[in-house]
Amino acid sequence: MSEPLYSLTIGQLSPLLHQGEVSPQEVTQACLDRIAALDGQLNSYLTVDAESALTQARQAETRLRSGEVTPLTGMPLAIKDVIVTQGLRTTCASRILSNFVPPYDATVSAKLRGAGAIFLGKTNMDEFAMGSSNENSSFGAAHNPWNRDYIPGGSSGGSAVAVAADLCLGSVASDTGGSIRQPAAHCGVVGFKPTYGRVSRFGLVAFGSSLDQIGTITKDVTDCALLLQAIAGYDPKDSTSVNLLVPDYAQSLNQEIWGLKIGIPQEYYGAGLDAEVAAAVQQALDTLTSLGAELVEVSLPHTDYVVATYYLIAPAEASSNLARYDGVKYGYRDPEAKNLLELYNQTRSQGFGAEVRRRIMLGTYALSAGYYEAYYQKASQVRTLIRRDFEAALARCAVLATPVTPTPAFRIGEKVDDPLAMYMSDIFTLSANLAGIPGISVPCGLSSQGLPIGLQLLGRHFDEATLIQVAHAFERHTDFHRAKPRL
Amino acid sequence: MEYEPVIGLEVHAQLLTQSKIFCGCSTSFGAPPNTHTCPVCLGMPGVLPVLNKQVVEFAIKMGLATNCQIAPLSRFARKNYFYPDLPKGYQISQYELPLAEHGFINIEVNGTRQQVRICRIHMEEDAGKLIHDEQRPVSYVDFNRTGVPLIEIVSEPDLHSPEAAVEYLRSLRNILLYLEICDGNMEEGSLRCDANISLRPMGSQELGTRTELKNMNSFRHLQRALEYEIRRQRALLINGEAVIQETRLWDEAQNQTLSMRGKEEAHDYRYFPDPDLVPVEISPDWIEAVRQSLPELPEAKKARFMADYGLPEYDAGVLTGDKALAQYFEDCVQQFDRPKQISNWIMSELLRELKKAERGIESCLVTPTALARLLSLIEQGTISGKIAKAVFEEMIVSGKEAEAIVQARGLVQISDEAALETLAREILAAHAPEVAEYQGGKTKLMGFFVGQMMKKTKGQANPKLVNQLFARLLKK
Ligand SMILES: [Zn+2]
Repeated sequence: MSEPLYSLTIGQLSPLLHQGEVSPQEVTQACLDRIAALDGQLNSYLTVDAESALTQARQAETRLRSGEVTPLTGMPLAIKDVIVTQGLRTTCASRILSNFVPPYDATVSAKLRGAGAIFLGKTNMDEFAMGSSNENSSFGAAHNPWNRDYIPGGSSGGSAVAVAADLCLGSVASDTGGSIRQPAAHCGVVGFKPTYGRVSRFGLVAFGSSLDQIGTITKDVTDCALLLQAIAGYDPKDSTSVNLLVPDYAQSLNQEIWGLKIGIPQEYYGAGLDAEVAAAVQQALDTLTSLGAELVEVSLPHTDYVVATYYLIAPAEASSNLARYDGVKYGYRDPEAKNLLELYNQTRSQGFGAEVRRRIMLGTYALSAGYYEAYYQKASQVRTLIRRDFEAALARCAVLATPVTPTPAFRIGEKVDDPLAMYMSDIFTLSANLAGIPGISVPCGLSSQGLPIGLQLLGRHFDEATLIQVAHAFERHTDFHRAKPRL
Repeated sequence: MEYEPVIGLEVHAQLLTQSKIFCGCSTSFGAPPNTHTCPVCLGMPGVLPVLNKQVVEFAIKMGLATNCQIAPLSRFARKNYFYPDLPKGYQISQYELPLAEHGFINIEVNGTRQQVRICRIHMEEDAGKLIHDEQRPVSYVDFNRTGVPLIEIVSEPDLHSPEAAVEYLRSLRNILLYLEICDGNMEEGSLRCDANISLRPMGSQELGTRTELKNMNSFRHLQRALEYEIRRQRALLINGEAVIQETRLWDEAQNQTLSMRGKEEAHDYRYFPDPDLVPVEISPDWIEAVRQSLPELPEAKKARFMADYGLPEYDAGVLTGDKALAQYFEDCVQQFDRPKQISNWIMSELLRELKKAERGIESCLVTPTALARLLSLIEQGTISGKIAKAVFEEMIVSGKEAEAIVQARGLVQISDEAALETLAREILAAHAPEVAEYQGGKTKLMGFFVGQMMKKTKGQANPKLVNQLFARLLKK
């Protein structure tokens, strides 16, 4: 094997580990060396626990020898720092949790450990997953490996960078309004947000509880299927997880898409879409057509209300979810506070960054007496209409195809002073969270500046399988996923 | 002008489930601080609540017992406010779609029956407790109580006197105890009560400005706080001043209510549906199953005691005012079919002696069987009623059987007419002047002769026989 171990996919590495051709320690060490060499420039990890990773690698080795294996046994992964890991610092990229070491595992963390995966560390993100550029991290921005002057996207910027730069084999992250799909598109990797309720949220630090969902960022669609398989399923600890049989996602790989109907929502191809993105997505649609898929035009009439609806519901839930960070029980506390009010005010003013404070205030306002009906309640009603739009459109086709982002990645610092412009960069990804449907982002080209462009496929509730089928068919007939940034 | 008080109560009852409402921690009282906690009830990052189904069942029970409609679909909502004993910064409660609504219970105040409407019953979680350091300006938090299940029972403003409010609370508490879903302990806070109270001119239908009273942890405090507040509001109104809408705390030491916060400082709780919990769906089958499992409730039991045992309403009310006492009564009747006699004994002797011994009926040393036997001894003429009372006093402290006490103390009643006649003649011979007075018309002296006989027999003479005997011997 001439290629370095860190550059392999989970699908490629798994048989090598099973056959004992390489050891988990070798792979883990390869990743750790590469992190040491490159992450100073990329800042994709907030915490790397090399010692623990190597210990886990030794345990995986024992497991591999005993034959008690899964496709993830011995696989070094990166965990977004919003997913709780027992004994491994979990900060949400926030000063307020900078010293928080959880005494419990998220269900997803426990499942991955149970499958024999190795946790290299925790990845950078926008603070509490609020942001689209990873610039809102309290611990510095992560950098796009394709061009370090550019943002990697957010909020799961660190995860996307770590996967794209081969600093791990794959990553689990969270998506509240595009936080997996958008950075995956900007970094040229595969990002998957499952249906709301498909993956347990227990231990996912809440941002917008009715929107949050854990998903995967991987090097290709095969890895996406493998990783999703390991984390999907009902969890009695999460009342909003759904007790439905999880299909074998590997069955959806290597399938044809002949005759499959793909909906093209016209509202996602209008003004404001960058020409290079439009061209790349069009080319992707042509590829899908050439594979036998049938394109049908559909409409999502309430698209114009998506951004407003999202930015009422998500901050409203966040304002309540983040109330627990008060300096009383854990996390940062202002040592100067002299009374209870000061404890709250100073701890929270100093502990939260500007964007988090902005959204807490927005959400508090939207829930206030006298405004609740006009804002939160109205937004909830519009959300129902948006969900119905998708149900109607997806009654006419199996999946929808859209761009992931209106433009390729922008420069670090370019939009930091313009939150509205920043919010608009999520315009194509927010709706899937409002509707609760699954979505995948796959690489479909590079801009003239050499920045990745993504294609988004959206599916029916709990029909992750069809998304994997279409995405894998596309991937098999294209080379975009093989492109790697030069580092 | 005459004013009429208008009162509504908000009652919080801790439910007697084994585990907390949204996690598996124990609900038991009195453990060392923060030992009944887990990441969920401590509000740690990323944790999620999972509803304890038993809480729903208990709440349905109370809903049905108070004639409420049970909502087929109800929702949990978040009540947002900051306080150190509230680890999540919000309390999970119910707001727009409560579990039960539109009920009522009947109460009786000074002999008048009244219906009090129940506005709603909803489920929620309790908060923790702050412990303030006596020496230093430091407070500690104990989260053991955090997440203990509560139901809040909100009445309509149908109460018009402190007595009615107390009676309503007493009735609610009794229902909770009958259902065995709350221990009803007001001092320990397992049953808490807030009151809304306003005055209006007698005959008016409009509501006046109300105040909300808190911190009344006994029936007596509720009564006194309402009395104080009625006096305070009446004085304001008579002087042409306005009642201010505010929350007031009952200060038991100062015997008055004190302003805690005004309307302007009232919290905006920013209620919204809790996205972490799915709506609670309650099927008609579930409601029916719970209905079938309901025990006989106080009102029905009281009616039955009157109909089946021929008890006066007062007796039936006292006996059914405590589920265990009612059970005690019925167990007694099973073995000694003189309901009224048993009722008399329970209401006079038993309750008095229990009060003296500071015991509840649950820990009474005299079993229903033992009481039934004692009463049989009177019935059979083995002992007199008076002796029985003395025997009973010993039974209640020693737990001994009546027969054993009667034997040991030689208390068997003397019904041997010949023996008694000998004694009677001795008494008459020794009190010739009294005999003469009696025969001269002072028949009240009969008591004196009977008394002498009792003295001589240490109370063991059969009083009926003694009376007959003297009447005969004293005839001229
Ligand atoms: Zn707990």
